[in-house]
This record gives sequence, C-alpha cells and structure tokens, in this order.
Amino acid sequence: MATVSVRNVWKEYGAQVVLENLRLEIADHEFVTIVGASGCGKTTFLKMLLGMEQPTRGQILIDGQPIRPEPDPDRGVVFQRYSSFPHLTVLENVMLGLELKAARLAGRLFGGARRTAREAALAMLESVGLAHARDRYPAQLSGGMQQRMSIAQAVICKPKILLLDEPFGALDPGVTADMHQLILRLWTENRMTIFMVSHDIQESFLLGTRLLTFDKLRHDPQSPEAYGASVTYDLKLERRSREEIDAPKIAVGA
Amino acid sequence: MRRLINQHPGRATGLVLGVLPFVALLFVYVIASQLRLAENAGDKLLPSLGTIADTFHSYAFEADRRSGQLLFWADTWASLKRIGAALGISAMLALVLAVCIGVIPRARALLSPLLNTVAMIPPLAVLPILFIVLGLEETSKIALIVIGVAPCVARDLALRVAELPREQIIKAQTLGASTWQLILRVVLPQLWPRLIDAMRLSMGSAWLFLIAAEAIASTQGLGYRIFLVRRYLAMDVILPYVLWITVLALLADFALRSLRAHAFHWAEPER
Repeated sequence: MATVSVRNVWKEYGAQVVLENLRLEIADHEFVTIVGASGCGKTTFLKMLLGMEQPTRGQILIDGQPIRPEPDPDRGVVFQRYSSFPHLTVLENVMLGLELKAARLAGRLFGGARRTAREAALAMLESVGLAHARDRYPAQLSGGMQQRMSIAQAVICKPKILLLDEPFGALDPGVTADMHQLILRLWTENRMTIFMVSHDIQESFLLGTRLLTFDKLRHDPQSPEAYGASVTYDLKLERRSREEIDAPKIAVGA
Repeated sequence: MRRLINQHPGRATGLVLGVLPFVALLFVYVIASQLRLAENAGDKLLPSLGTIADTFHSYAFEADRRSGQLLFWADTWASLKRIGAALGISAMLALVLAVCIGVIPRARALLSPLLNTVAMIPPLAVLPILFIVLGLEETSKIALIVIGVAPCVARDLALRVAELPREQIIKAQTLGASTWQLILRVVLPQLWPRLIDAMRLSMGSAWLFLIAAEAIASTQGLGYRIFLVRRYLAMDVILPYVLWITVLALLADFALRSLRAHAFHWAEPER
C-alpha cells in the first residue's frame, strides 16, 4: 500500500526555479511514467521523492505521512548506472538489503539466518534470470544484467515505492524489451507503486498506468530561469496485456 | 617498417631489455673499480666485488666482536620492526581519519582543515621536537614515519571515499543501511585495495624518514650503519646495505601488490 500526495511542491536553487507548484495524487499500485525534455526537473522530482533533495515549498506525503528527509527502505531505487556495489558478487549484492535489515550491528548474517537470506536472494535471482551469474562481480556483467541485478536488489527489500531513473536508457533495444516484461511482472507480483523517469515516450506509454509530462508552462526569453516546469499532461493509460505491449513494438521497429 | 610506437618487444626481448641496464651498470662499475684499484690498491671509493663480498660475509655471518651479534641481520631486524610498526599505525590511522572525513559531513568540517594543515608540515623539521618530547628511543623514530606518511595517505583515501558514486551511497540507504553499516559494508571494503595502493606509494618516503631518524640517533639499524661507516669511507659496507634496502623495498612492494591481486579480485582491471 502506498499512495503519494504531492502538495504544492516548489523546488528552487537560488533564483532558478526548477519545479513550480506540483500537485499530484497518486493512487496505490500506480505505474507512473515521467517524460520531458532534459533539464525540465523530472530527475529533481525523483530525487525529492527519494529524499535526496527537499522541496523548497510544499510537501510530499506517502500514505498520508510526510516523507522522511533522507532515503529509507520504503523507497527503493534503480539508477541508470552505479547503483550496484562493485566489491560484492551478484548474490551478495542482492542479499545486502536483507543482511542490513536483520543485522543492525554487524551488517552481515551468519549461520541459519544467512542461509535463509541466501535462499531468498537466490529465488529473486532466479526470478530475474540471473541465477547462473550469481558468483560474478558487477563489472563482469553486461549492462542489461547489471540492471536486472540492481532491480532485484531493490525489489527484494519490498519497498512501498520503487523509483526508476532512466533504468533502461543505456541498454540495447532488444535487451530493453526483456527488461520491460521483467519490470511489469515484478510490479504485478510485489504490488509496488512505481515512478519511472524516461526519455523514451514509447516506453512510457507501454509501461505506465499514468503518464506525466514535465514542461514549462510559462517562458520568459529574457530570463529563462524565472519559471519552473510543472506537469503539462497527466494521462491515465489503460493497462494492457503483455501481447498488446509486444505488438506495437514491432510496428515501431518497422 | 612500422612506427616505433607500434613495435612491441616479445617476451624474451622484453626480458633482455629489462636486464640490460642492470648488467651495463655492473659492468661499468667493475671496469671503473679495476681502473682505480690498478692506480691505487688502497682506494676505498670503488671497492672490488671481491672486497664487497668479503665484507658482507663478515657482517652477515660472523658475530661482531664487541656486541656478539650478526650486525647485518640485527640492523635489518631493527629497521624492519620500526618501519613495520610505523606503516601499520599509519595505515590504521589514515583509514579511520579518511572514513570519518569522507562519510560524515560534521567530521569532515572538524578534521579536514586540520589534516590539510598537518600534511603540510615538513616531517623532518619536527624531528628535533620528537626527539625532545619522546626521547631518542624507538617511539620518536616510529612517530616521525607516522607523521610523514599518515596525513598523505589519509588525504588520498578521503578523496577515494569522495569518489564513490553518490548513487551507491543513496542505494545503500534505500536498502536500509545506517551510517555504521554503510561504512562497514560499502565504504571500508572498497577502501582496502586503495589503502594498499596508497601504502605502496608512500613506502619510499617511509624509508626516507626511517633512515633519517636512524642516522641521527640510533644504535642499530640499516640507516644507522650506513651513516656510521661513512666516516671511514667504507663503501664496501655502504653499497651492499643500499642494495639490501632496495631489495627489501622491492619485496614489500611485491608483497602488497600480490595481496591486492589475491584478496581484492574485484578491484583488478579486467584482462
């Protein structure tokens, strides 16, 4: 369960207004996709949801409670790059969240507890198709495999909200299609609310149940920084079957 | 004919090329030594290889008449103890400082200016203070090396912590990591190989400070011996001692490199 309320949120850096007066009510289990030109504040919005940045004005609530002003396990994240730990194997990367939660002091588990966490992590790796690579280090994985691992690492902690910052932006088109199916399956199985920033409008229509576009409503050519971006389109999308999602992809490819 | 930049030596050629300068140096030495000795058999500047070997034998395998010790090995042991203790202390100190500065903003505000200032003090200028305050025994010598090495290593490591991608730190927090857990599971493990690199690089200055301290006040040690026999122009002692120090430094470097390669496989560049 996770509803998100964004109440009159502004983000300013000095005189530069990045986001102005965002107002959104996001229902539970929504798959929100966010598109917009670069520099329009979509990543800033994601950072505020994550707790990396605070709104200058306004408030963001999760399930009616103000969000904590720092990242926490309620909100999982997958970045485009660098969100795995290079010194841990794939299996250790996925186990890390479970270990951190259970062993507050040592930060790692031993004996039976470790075996249980290991089983859970292996099941998760199986589910994202990485079981065969469990003993490899992230640097030895392809881009698509790294993102699978990163998603598994976040989802195994059962976050209420999963934030995806252009997670498939650096991947080959064929790999991206597989990743879309994976994320939709995990979204259905785990009942998370997902926010995904994307530069790919096609992808945003395919995956989202709700699509937001960020852009500036007002523009002052004399001082382009005077006005911030806001939500210009807020579209509710019909959830489609996997076959329907696959179909238009072929049409676009042609 | 390919350009010079594209002509790579084979394995055998590479080996020969690598050994060549050493052989050339030895050859030049032997010739020069023979020329000088032919002119004056009592010349001390360039002793023959035979003389060096004899002297080395008496230092390494015959007990000293006064102390009853094998001087060469006693010197080696004394120096290694000092430099080993100093490097161990430096590494731990630098690691703690770097983690605090790199991870905790308040600790950075508190310690970073101090560290940057202390790193600028020329360690040898502090040596008299150390001798006055800590006495002429082991403590002051070890302290000199620590003062010379730890601040630089700490600064280097703090930079490495700062280089960790922000995404990693954020991700760890979304997985529930506390500050302590973040240090334990994310920062420290990635810092170990960097620490080894930093220690390898500071090995040269560590030896410099060791020999300086030993030269001024000591009764044993490789540096002490070199400076003691300098008065008698005893090149037949100085040369093997310098060679030996070089060999020890090379061995330490090799050991650290192997440790890094074996213990931190993930940090090795892909081949």
